[in-house]
Amino acid sequence: MEKRPQPSRRWLYLSPLLAVVVTMLAGGALFAALGKNPVEAIATIFWEPLFGEFAFYYRPQLLVKGAPLVLIAIGLSLGFRAGVWNIGAEGQYIIGALAGAGVGLAFFPLDAWFIFPLMVIAGALGGLAWGMIPGLLKLRFGTNEILVSLMLVYVAEKLLAAMALGPMKNPEGMGFPGSRNLQQYPSAHNADLIADTGMHWGVVAALIAVIFAYILLGRHVLGYQIRLTGQAPRAARFAGVNPARLALFCLGISGALAGLAGMFEVSGPAGQVSIDFNVGYGFTAIIVAFLGRLHPFGIALAGLLMALTYIGGEIAQSNLGLPSAAIQMFQGMLLFFLLAVDLLTNYRLRLTPRPETA
Amino acid sequence: MTLKTILTGATVALGLAAGAVIPAQAQDDKTKVGFIYVGPIGDGGWTYEHNEGRLAVEEHFGDQVETVYQESVPEGADATRAITQMALNGADLIFTTSFGYMDATLAVAEKFPDVKFEHATGYKTAPNLSTYSARFYEGRAIQGHIAGKMTESNIVGYIASYPIPEVIRGINAAFIHARKANPEVEFKIIWAYTWFDPAKEADAATALIEQGADVILQHTDSTAPQAAAEKAGGVVTFGQASDMAEYKPFPRVSSIIDDWKPYYIARTQAVIDGTWESHQVWDGIGPGMVAIGEITDAVPAEVKQEALALKDAIASGEYHPFTGPLKKQDGSDWLAEGETADDGTLLGMDFYVEGLDADIPQ
Amino acid sequence: MMDLSSISPILLLASIMAASTPILLAAIGELVVERAGVLNLGVEGMMITGAICGFAIAVNTGSPALGFLVAALGGAGLSLLFALLTQVALANQVASGLALTLFGLGLSALLGQGYVGIKPPPTPRLDIPVLGDIPFLGPVLFSHDLMVYLALALVTAVWAGLKYSRAGLVLRAVGENHDAAHALGYKVVRVRVLAIAFGGACAGLGGAYLSLVRVPQWTEGMTAGAGWIALALVVFASWKAGRVLLGAWLFGGVSVLQLNLQAAGVALPVEYLSMSPYLITILVLVIMSADRSRAPASLARIFHASQ
Repeated sequence: MEKRPQPSRRWLYLSPLLAVVVTMLAGGALFAALGKNPVEAIATIFWEPLFGEFAFYYRPQLLVKGAPLVLIAIGLSLGFRAGVWNIGAEGQYIIGALAGAGVGLAFFPLDAWFIFPLMVIAGALGGLAWGMIPGLLKLRFGTNEILVSLMLVYVAEKLLAAMALGPMKNPEGMGFPGSRNLQQYPSAHNADLIADTGMHWGVVAALIAVIFAYILLGRHVLGYQIRLTGQAPRAARFAGVNPARLALFCLGISGALAGLAGMFEVSGPAGQVSIDFNVGYGFTAIIVAFLGRLHPFGIALAGLLMALTYIGGEIAQSNLGLPSAAIQMFQGMLLFFLLAVDLLTNYRLRLTPRPETA
Repeated sequence: MTLKTILTGATVALGLAAGAVIPAQAQDDKTKVGFIYVGPIGDGGWTYEHNEGRLAVEEHFGDQVETVYQESVPEGADATRAITQMALNGADLIFTTSFGYMDATLAVAEKFPDVKFEHATGYKTAPNLSTYSARFYEGRAIQGHIAGKMTESNIVGYIASYPIPEVIRGINAAFIHARKANPEVEFKIIWAYTWFDPAKEADAATALIEQGADVILQHTDSTAPQAAAEKAGGVVTFGQASDMAEYKPFPRVSSIIDDWKPYYIARTQAVIDGTWESHQVWDGIGPGMVAIGEITDAVPAEVKQEALALKDAIASGEYHPFTGPLKKQDGSDWLAEGETADDGTLLGMDFYVEGLDADIPQ
Repeated sequence: MMDLSSISPILLLASIMAASTPILLAAIGELVVERAGVLNLGVEGMMITGAICGFAIAVNTGSPALGFLVAALGGAGLSLLFALLTQVALANQVASGLALTLFGLGLSALLGQGYVGIKPPPTPRLDIPVLGDIPFLGPVLFSHDLMVYLALALVTAVWAGLKYSRAGLVLRAVGENHDAAHALGYKVVRVRVLAIAFGGACAGLGGAYLSLVRVPQWTEGMTAGAGWIALALVVFASWKAGRVLLGAWLFGGVSVLQLNLQAAGVALPVEYLSMSPYLITILVLVIMSADRSRAPASLARIFHASQ
């Protein structure tokens, strides 16, 4: 086995397909072991959401499920390329949602055009601020951002619960936890731009983020610095990159995008601040970022693929009675194979023995 | 795919796009009943008991009924999708078994007027949306009585999850009856601030025991507090959500069991018969939605007698656990002599009764 | 009713010893993995797999000891999947680890289907005679179950092993600069696979401690994030064995203490008390930041011999 001088273009496109096929075989075996018809199960997961009888409903849902993943993963990918390990996007997502919803709820019941834009700004700033905490602590004290960003996820979760039970609780909610439903407050509602297409502002923001990241990485000097820092930190320093400031930038931007994702979610598909508002998008987005090879277009595809397995998995659960655990395992397998086949892109097999290097 | 399904698919698509109502798709004469669960079936508590109810429906109706379910459905957009998906696939009756599904259930119910919906523990209804919940506080009253009688340190520990009306109601009901049985009794309350973390429940129980509690009441679903009590020795516990019979006869001396089976069977029958109507049900021990698990012989015979009498009085409607005179914690009057609490106040309960020496987190 | 005197320091310390054992076990394993230059974010998945493997075996055989053994094997077995991906297929470690967690959570739930609502056989507490009777120290230090001591012994062994043994030297060399280590003739991949398996075994033990001793019961998802805390502890400890112990006691201590403060009726808002373990961990990290120990230089970097 030897490293290819250039990643193979052919395998770049072929290998994910191969992975999906292998996953279908392995997953089919798993489903068969659980006493289900493997062909039916696999078809349900991959075919139903896209082309099944009710695809008209599921296709927009792919956007609803995929958009936050892509938006968060784009931000994370910048940091990951520069060697900055923000694994606390879940917390930044929560704080963005709290900040955005907080602004919206503060204006209730005023009807005004500027409320939603203000919420967007608040959401981004909330996520930015939460993401900057590990950045600033790293800059000032040299603390590790993995630990700080992860711990702040738990802090954000407790804050979310406190808000849902206290200050943001719906005064007309019979004492139950959870805020007013922003879906019923038009000035703050992130509605579908065209009804029932799933196209809400979060999807638009995800698209913009993909294009923006593509241009940044390919055309802009900052993108060059990010890539250089990740690949050769020492060379980057010689090239005049300030690593601490770059880390701060990466944490800030990924925090802001995660915050936006949270804000669009709370004002749109979710509707309200509740104790269990966050469902793990911030962690899944890490997988999405790497599955997309940290490339903006790859991330968009990976986000949609993850969304497909979620939605297809749900359908399989309810139509075929598969336990959610089996779906989780199936998703894990798919990721294993997708990650493993990367080998084919970057390396090739040589049958002749290579000379000993040691 | 036959022409017919393509056509119905297309009309349904148009219907959804126009925001119009969608006819339920009855493809065969089997009645299809759907369940949306908030946790995994293997949680051994809340979701586990709802699933027991689903299995009872399957067993009771046999081939007449088909059930479907989805586990670990998060609130929000995922819940809306899961419920819609069941409705699209021809479910006739859908139970959504968590408070957080309220708005999602209502939204989907509006789109599928021919499908019947049942939302657990909420308060919003529609012509095709019922709510149902259980008066667990009735069981708490009985536990409170036993706790008051059995404590020797006069300290009762209470492990609570989040400060929501359901939990506060339980604390009040238990406290009122513990005080009635034993005027010296004090409650120590720990808020775990999580729905599910068995290790934290174990820590909470241990902390309460170390601070002198010899009775532990829990509003969390794992058996961790039971094990902590068993380890400490001489500490009384009660099963929660399920019977927790594996800790019988001691430390677990009784339990509150969520029993959804009769209700699920009755409502499925109503759909089959075409007699289903929207209602708001809040059932307790009487109709069997709340079951009191066996009171073991670790409880003195006399106390057991009293507890059973209390249970019978509550079941027959002769006695209401919130009967005046009762004051609120701040000393203001709540219920006059002989007056009973109305359901509205109980549903939204956000205050402690007089005598509880703690604050509700806000 | 604020009554701090109701908190007994002896019992509190004894509780902390037990409460911190699962994260301590998982963290010390992950420390070895990371010192070998591998970042495995699958700790949660390996822990919960260990939890159900240990539980199932202990229930079926009646022997907790056998349960712990199989839990270690189960955790190690799962970790070998990660080793296969990252060391043979050269896949990205961060994503592979997260996928492993997903897979482990699913696998454990399937394996555990028949084990809900069962009580496992008790793991005996070692009441060490004489020592256990020493006032204060006795109950705090000498009246736990065997696993608590095993965890402490493991920490000591890892500390000494990394510092003094030849194997430890090789492991650290591989973690600091895998190309140089390779040039020196060390088997980089073999060392890393062994480290990963060790980490998996430790995580499995930590999970089994939860399902067999701390809780003890089986429920889906019962580790409830303990694996993530273990990961954070390794960073907190600056990749040093002794400080893992410190971190585990600190985190476990604050977690237990905040519950005790609640029970004692301390007038602090509960939501802030429940945040305190995480906030204090950050705070202590900031205070200790004078020590600029850094991560192993090759951490999470892919090694291929032809490079």
